[in-house]
Amino acid sequence: MSADQTPPILLTLCGGVLVSCGVLLMLERSLTRLVVGTVLIGNGANLLILSTGGKPRHAPILDGSHGGGPFSDPLPQAMILTAIVITLASSAFVFSISYRSGRITGDDEVRDDIEDRRVTHVDQRLRTEVREQRREFRAWSRRQRRTIRQARRDLRARIREDRRRRATDDPTRVEDYPEHPEARDGGPDEPPERGLGA
Amino acid sequence: MNALLPLPVLLPMLAAGVKIVVGPRHPVVQRVISVLVLSTVVVVGAVLLVTADRHGPQTTQIGGWPAPVGITLIVDRLSGAMLTISAAVTLCVMIYAIAQDMADREPVTPLSVFHPTFLLLVSGVADSFLAGDLFNLFVGFEIMLTASYVLITLGGTPARIRAGMTYIMVALMSSMLFLVAIAVLYAATGTVNLAQLAVRVRDLPDGVARIAEVMLLVAFGVKAAVFPLSMWLPDSYPTAPAPVTAVFAGLLTKIGIYGMLRTETLLFPGHALRVPLLIFAFASMLVGVFGAMVQVDLNRLLSFTLVSHIGYMIFGLAMSTRSALGATLFYVLHHITIQTSLFLVAGLIERRGGSTSLRRLGGLARSSPLIGALFFVPAMNLGGIPPLSGFLGKLGLVDAGLSLGGPLVCAVVATALLTSLLTLYSLVKAWNQVFWRAPRDAFRTDEPAVDVPEEDAADWPVGTARLAPGMVGATVALIALSLAYTVAGGPLVRLTDRAADEMSQPARYIDTVRPASNGDTRWIVPG
Repeated sequence: MSADQTPPILLTLCGGVLVSCGVLLMLERSLTRLVVGTVLIGNGANLLILSTGGKPRHAPILDGSHGGGPFSDPLPQAMILTAIVITLASSAFVFSISYRSGRITGDDEVRDDIEDRRVTHVDQRLRTEVREQRREFRAWSRRQRRTIRQARRDLRARIREDRRRRATDDPTRVEDYPEHPEARDGGPDEPPERGLGA
Repeated sequence: MNALLPLPVLLPMLAAGVKIVVGPRHPVVQRVISVLVLSTVVVVGAVLLVTADRHGPQTTQIGGWPAPVGITLIVDRLSGAMLTISAAVTLCVMIYAIAQDMADREPVTPLSVFHPTFLLLVSGVADSFLAGDLFNLFVGFEIMLTASYVLITLGGTPARIRAGMTYIMVALMSSMLFLVAIAVLYAATGTVNLAQLAVRVRDLPDGVARIAEVMLLVAFGVKAAVFPLSMWLPDSYPTAPAPVTAVFAGLLTKIGIYGMLRTETLLFPGHALRVPLLIFAFASMLVGVFGAMVQVDLNRLLSFTLVSHIGYMIFGLAMSTRSALGATLFYVLHHITIQTSLFLVAGLIERRGGSTSLRRLGGLARSSPLIGALFFVPAMNLGGIPPLSGFLGKLGLVDAGLSLGGPLVCAVVATALLTSLLTLYSLVKAWNQVFWRAPRDAFRTDEPAVDVPEEDAADWPVGTARLAPGMVGATVALIALSLAYTVAGGPLVRLTDRAADEMSQPARYIDTVRPASNGDTRWIVPG
């Protein structure tokens, strides 16, 4: 193992900058930027692994020819070789998929999920339905109150009229009230049908 | 030294290569190779499990290099059990896929791509289970994920490309996080061998260990679809072909759980993160099951229940007591089988009913009672109805939770029970719609059933097809496996308890990997 395992600040910083650029790109909606973002993050991560190998300037590990001095840690190098291959393969695949996506949709925007939209759509539809029914119900009850008030007013007027007539006319005379048309026909009508299936 | 150990990784990978050489012109050869190889993996897995159970963990150092330098493969009870069950499940799914392929040569699932890729997936899964080395675990994950990228975009239809893009992006992000976590651990300890890491992490400052632990948990959490990191799952899984969705939902998420179990028990024992994990378990259960309740597509409904049931496993992991770990392992094994069989049945429903949309299905109980029975048993099992294994798993977790006590744990126990009830509710609702209502009710919907773009609507299957006996047979075999968990409940629970013993005493694992010469200074933490 090498003498000093402290990660060099420059490599670590570079890795950090690459990763943050990648994250910034991944926040975009364009597929191409997403893909470039993943490539940048992959390279940043590889640099971070390389930086764990310790200070540069040490000899590579080669069949004892480093003369017994300190040599650089070979394990991070082996690991990033593997990681580079994996990142390369994934990027190639993602590029081909985004090419295919571009061919199909004509642009490289990331599409929303259809089912999600459907569920929210149903939700919104239910909401508007409920709102409409509430409005309808309110209008109906307003109408209802107005009819009742009218009927009451008519009735009072009729009673007043009747009393006046009794006072002026012959008190012994007995007469049926004429049927008042509003009293029977202007009564409360049926409420509009309720329920979501309306 | 155990020569069987590399086989579950090597065999499928070699077979995948042979298949590419054989090419698509000999489908019979392809099928025979697939089934033979996967059956062998099941047998090897079972042998390894029994050996690890009787004689302790078995290791192999690849290339003959001693432990910290060479790459270690190790099987203990945890990985042996996971390996055996996942191999059995993949075998059933493979048979299902072959039968489906023979019944109708669906142009969107080309045989020549599916078979080798599926075997690579199995190889990656086996490598993840057997890895005794954090970097090798990463490589196993990557083999599995790269294969899954191909499988989820199989055929390149618009819907699959769209869903696959989400899946691939999220998976790539989590892989990168995993890679950075490995860099952090290597920079801090100078090793990636799990056993040696376990020795050296003890001496790290608390903050550094927590950073590495949280990074690993997040990386695994994305794969396992724990709540805040689960948004990709219901979007991407349901569009893939039924066998692919089944194996992804059943298996791939559990590998994230396996990664968590392994690293949490071996590298970071203790309860430093118990409270946040409990909160995430709580949130996963509730959000998942609430999502499931409003879904109108069977596959998406099942995907959401998957998220909610991942919450149970996180709950067990958060408690991390001996009994909780045993119950978690039991639950994981049960859930692999059940979730896979439910998705396979959803595939059968799609073939018979022509759709997986709950709005369009109806009356299947009369037209195909067999599918009804096949859906009913795993659905009840997932909901946790008593004699079935879902009940046993939940009972174990609730029992562990109550014996641990504490207000937060009890709250999560209550949530677990509520989630179980709501799972039952959403599955029974789906059952009523798919099987019991009259078919004409299904089609009498005055609302526009879809507001999907043309190209996605064209993707929807129409018409009904004969059920191939192989598909039904594979599904029946999986359900029989899940029933066997109940029949062999006693021995199985004892096995998972012994595995939990092993998990809570990492010394045994470390001693198996550590080379015989005790004076080896590389196992001692540097100054």
